[in-house]
Amino acid sequence: MSVAIARNDRSVVGHWWWTVDHWMLAGLVLLVGYGAVLTYAAGPPAAARINIDIFHFVRQQLVLIPVAMAMMMGVSLLPARWVRRVAFFVLLGAMALTVAATFTGPEIKGARRWIFLGGFSLQPSEFVKPAYAVFAAWMFSTGQLQPKFPGGTISAVVGLGILGVLLLQPDVGQAVILMGIWFSQLFLAGLSMIWVAGLVVCGLVCLYVAYLVFPHVAQRIDQFLDPSAGDGYQIGKALDAFRQGGLTGLGPGEGSVKSQLPDAHADFIFAVAGEEFGLIACALILLTYLFILLRGFGRAAQDENLFVLFATTGLLVGFGLQALINMASTLHLIPTKGMTLPFISYGGSSLIALAFGMGMVLALTRTRRGVRL
Amino acid sequence: MKPTLKSFLTKLTPGGASRPGQVRLEGVAKSSLDMGRNRVVATGAIFSLAFLAVGWRLIDVSVMQPNLTRARHAMPVSALATRAEIVDRNGVVLATRRPIQSLFADPSLIAKPDRLVRRLSRLLPGLKKTSRRALLRRLSDRQRRFVWIARDVPAAIAERIVAMKEPGLEFRREWRRTWPQGAVVGHIVGFTDVDGRGIVGIERKFDRRLNDNTAPLRLSIDIRVQMALRDVIGETVRRFRAKGGSALMMDVRTGELLGMVSWPDFEPSAPGKATVSARFNRNTLGVYEMGSTFKIFTIAMAYDSGLYKEGDRVDARRPIRIRKFSIRDYHAKKRWLSIREVFIYSSNIGSAKIALRAGRQRLQSFLRKLGLMQRPPLELPEVGAPLVPRHWRPVHTMTVAFGHGMAVSPIQLAAAVAGIANGGTWRAATLMKQDAAALPAGRRVVSRATSLRMRSLLRQVVEKGTGRKAEAPGYRVGGKTGTAEKAGRRGYRRNKLLSSFVGVFPIDDPRYVVLVTVDEPKGNKSTHGYATGGWVAAPAVRAIILRTAPILGLRPSRENVDGVPAVQPNTKPGTPPGNSPARRTAPAQPDKRASLAGAGGHEAE
Repeated sequence: MSVAIARNDRSVVGHWWWTVDHWMLAGLVLLVGYGAVLTYAAGPPAAARINIDIFHFVRQQLVLIPVAMAMMMGVSLLPARWVRRVAFFVLLGAMALTVAATFTGPEIKGARRWIFLGGFSLQPSEFVKPAYAVFAAWMFSTGQLQPKFPGGTISAVVGLGILGVLLLQPDVGQAVILMGIWFSQLFLAGLSMIWVAGLVVCGLVCLYVAYLVFPHVAQRIDQFLDPSAGDGYQIGKALDAFRQGGLTGLGPGEGSVKSQLPDAHADFIFAVAGEEFGLIACALILLTYLFILLRGFGRAAQDENLFVLFATTGLLVGFGLQALINMASTLHLIPTKGMTLPFISYGGSSLIALAFGMGMVLALTRTRRGVRL
Repeated sequence: MKPTLKSFLTKLTPGGASRPGQVRLEGVAKSSLDMGRNRVVATGAIFSLAFLAVGWRLIDVSVMQPNLTRARHAMPVSALATRAEIVDRNGVVLATRRPIQSLFADPSLIAKPDRLVRRLSRLLPGLKKTSRRALLRRLSDRQRRFVWIARDVPAAIAERIVAMKEPGLEFRREWRRTWPQGAVVGHIVGFTDVDGRGIVGIERKFDRRLNDNTAPLRLSIDIRVQMALRDVIGETVRRFRAKGGSALMMDVRTGELLGMVSWPDFEPSAPGKATVSARFNRNTLGVYEMGSTFKIFTIAMAYDSGLYKEGDRVDARRPIRIRKFSIRDYHAKKRWLSIREVFIYSSNIGSAKIALRAGRQRLQSFLRKLGLMQRPPLELPEVGAPLVPRHWRPVHTMTVAFGHGMAVSPIQLAAAVAGIANGGTWRAATLMKQDAAALPAGRRVVSRATSLRMRSLLRQVVEKGTGRKAEAPGYRVGGKTGTAEKAGRRGYRRNKLLSSFVGVFPIDDPRYVVLVTVDEPKGNKSTHGYATGGWVAAPAVRAIILRTAPILGLRPSRENVDGVPAVQPNTKPGTPPGNSPARRTAPAQPDKRASLAGAGGHEAE
C-alpha cells in the first residue's frame, strides 16, 4: 500500500492504519486472493454439474469478496468496547434467525440451516460462532475480575442453548467449533488441568453420543474407519487429487477432481488446490492460516486487557478449528465434515461471517492507547 | 460491591483499573492476565502441533505415497481380459469386452518427433492442440521407452499408421469393456473407466466379483421387458412434456426386477456426455412423495390390524384443518365413506382419519415391515434412503396415510405393493436372478385374508375408479393411481406433479407389479388438460402390460371368477367401465381356492 498516510493523521482511517496489525491484514488478504483464484478453478465445473450458468459461482464470489472485505475493514474500525456491543446484538439477532431457520426453514441436504431473505440465502448459525466467542469472552473476563459474577456459568448456559439449537438442525460441525471456542476460553480462564483432561474426555463422549444419535454422523465415521465399506468416493477422489498434484501440481485448469466432486468449490476446495497447484500451494495455504493464528495469539498475549485476550483467542480458535477440520477431513485424517475452508471456499454466508469475525480480531488486536507491541 | 454491568465496563476500559479502591482487583486482573497469557501460548502450541500433523499428512499424501495411478495403468490389460460378462436372466449379454488397438511409441527410436506428431495429428483428430504439445515433449525425451499416443484406434486408421513405417511406433492389443445394449440398461449395469474398474451400477457393486470369478453374472433383468419399459416411458415423457419418468416391473413372488428404466437415460460408453439428470437413477436413488399409492398401505393396515372391519365407515364430510393447511379430497363425496370407498375414491380425509386412529406406532411399524422406512438392500451402489420426518408429529401420521410428508424410492414402493398383493409375504427388490427353489424366506406383512381383500380393492380401482385407463383386456389389472404435488420452496405446488400408477396383474393370481412414475407431466388435449396418475401413468402401465405379458408367457383370458370375489367378468373389451355388476359384490371372504386358481399354484408365503 503506497497510499501515504501520515503518522500524525488522527482521522478514523489514518488512526486505524497506524494501529491495525498489518501482518495479519496481509495474511487475510492473501487468503481471500487464494480463494478468488481457486473459485475460478473449481466454480465453473460445479456450476456445469447443476446446469446453471458456468460462471455463476465465480461471479457470486467476486461480488461477495468486496462486500466481505468492506465488512472486515468496517468492523476492524470499531473500538474494543464497540466490538463487544456489536457482537452482543449480532448474537441476539443471529440466534433468533437460527431458531427461525431450524423450525421453519427448508430442508437442504438433510438439515435445516438456511433462511431466505428476498432471494438471498443465509446461514445465520455462521454468525453465531464469532458473536458467541466475543460474548463468552466478555462473561469470562468479567467473571475473573468480579469473583461474584457467574461469568462462566452464564457463558455455559448460553452456549448450551446455542448447542441445542445447532444439534436440532442438525449441524454437528458448527456445534464442535462452538464447543471448541468455549472450551478454549475456559482454558484461558485458568481451568485446572484435571478439569481440562475431564472435559476432553467429555467431548469424546459427546462425539460418541453424536455417533449414536445422528445417522449421518454415524455413516461418516463408519466410512472413515472402513473406507471400503461405505461410499468413500469423495474422499478417495480427494486423496487421488493430492497424489496427482504432487509437489508442483498439474497446472491451472488441468485438474479433474473439480468435475468429479459435487462440493469441489466448497468443502473440497483444498483438494482442487492440491491437484492443480500442488503441495507447495497447499503448504502455503496451511502456513498462511498458521501465521494468522500465531500472529493473533501473539498480539493477544501482549494485551493488557483480559477481555481482549479472551475474545481474540476465542475468535481465532473458531477460525483455526474450521480451517483445521476442513483440511484434515479433505486429507482423510478425520471423518468428513461439511465445513468450509475459511475465506477460500465458495459460500456467501460463510465468507461474510468470517469477515465479521476476523474484522473483530483486527479491531481487538489494534495497538491501543498506552499499550505498545 | 455489586457487580453491575456498568462497573465492569468502566473497569474493562484501559486505565479504568487504576482508580483508587481497585487495587485488589488489579492484583486479580494481573494474575488472571498472566494465567491467560501462558495459556494463550499453550493454545498456540497446540494449534501449531495440529497444523504440523496436517502438514505432514499433506506431504505424505502428495509426494510420499507411491503414485498409484501409474501403477494402475499397468494392471488393467490382464484384468479386463478376464473380467466376467454381465448377462440378463436369459443369458443375453449386457456387458462384455471387445479387442482394441492402442498406439504407443518408443521415443528412443524416434528421430524427428515434431514431424511425427504433425503427421499423427492429421490421422488422429482426437489429438488436441494442448495434448499435442505434451505429446511432443514426451516423445522428445529420449530417455523414455514407452509413451501412450492413442487408445482404441479404428482399424482403418491403424493401417495407415502402420503404412507410415515409423520405427518408433507400435500397436498393442488391448481389451475394452463394452455394453452392447447401450442406454437400455445404462442405469442398471453402469460402466467402468477405461481400465475396467467399475464406476457406477452393477459394474461397481460387483467390481471384485467380476474380476475374481469369470463366470457370467446373471441379472434378474429380462432385456425384452426392459426395452418395452423404455419405449413406453420414453413415449410417455415426450407426450406429456415431462421432466422425466421411471418404469419398473417386478416379480411379486421373488422380488426380482424384470426391468427398470429411468428416463432420461444415458449411453454407458460415453457417460461424460450425459447430463447429471440423465445419470440419475430415479428408480433406486430418487425418493419421492408418492401420493395416493400409499393408501394401499393405510387401508391394508386398517384391515390387517383388525381395527376396521368391512362395512365400517369413516366421516369424510368435511376437510380436516390443521393450523394453516387443510386435508381435502379431490373427488369429495362429503359424506361418511366405507373403508372400501375411502380407497376407491382415494379419500385423503378418510385415510388420514384411519391412520390417526391406528396411531403413529402402528403405522410406523407397518411401514417398517414393508421396508419403507429404511434404505432398501438393492444390489446397486446408487440406492437412496427414504426421507422420513425427523420429528414425527400427529400431522405426519395423517399425511403419510395418503403419501405425503415421507418420500420413498420406486423400488421400495413396488416391493411393498408386491408384499401386500402376493398373499402377504414381503421380499426386497433384487437385481439378481433368483433360484425359485432356494428363495430367501420372506417376511409376513399381512394375512392372506387382507391380501385378498386388497386385491379386490385394487381391481375395483381399475374397473371403475381412477385407474380405468390401466385396464389391459384379458390381463385383469389391479392398481392404484397416485398424483403427488411436489414440494417447492413454499409448500406444495399445484402444477408440479409426480403422477404415478402401480399396477398388479393378473390380480386374481398376481405375478407382476408394474410401477410407472412421471415427473412433472403437462396435460394436453387428449387428457383434457389433466396430468394426474390416472391420465398419464395408468395408460403407460396398460401399454407395458400389453407388450410384456405375451413375452412372459401369460395368455389373455376371461376374468378368473373362481374364488376371487369382486373380480367379475366385466372386462370384455367394450364394456364401459364404471357400471360393472361387481359394484355391490360382497367383499372378500378368504377362500382357499384362490391360491390354486393361478397356474402352478406356488403362492408366495
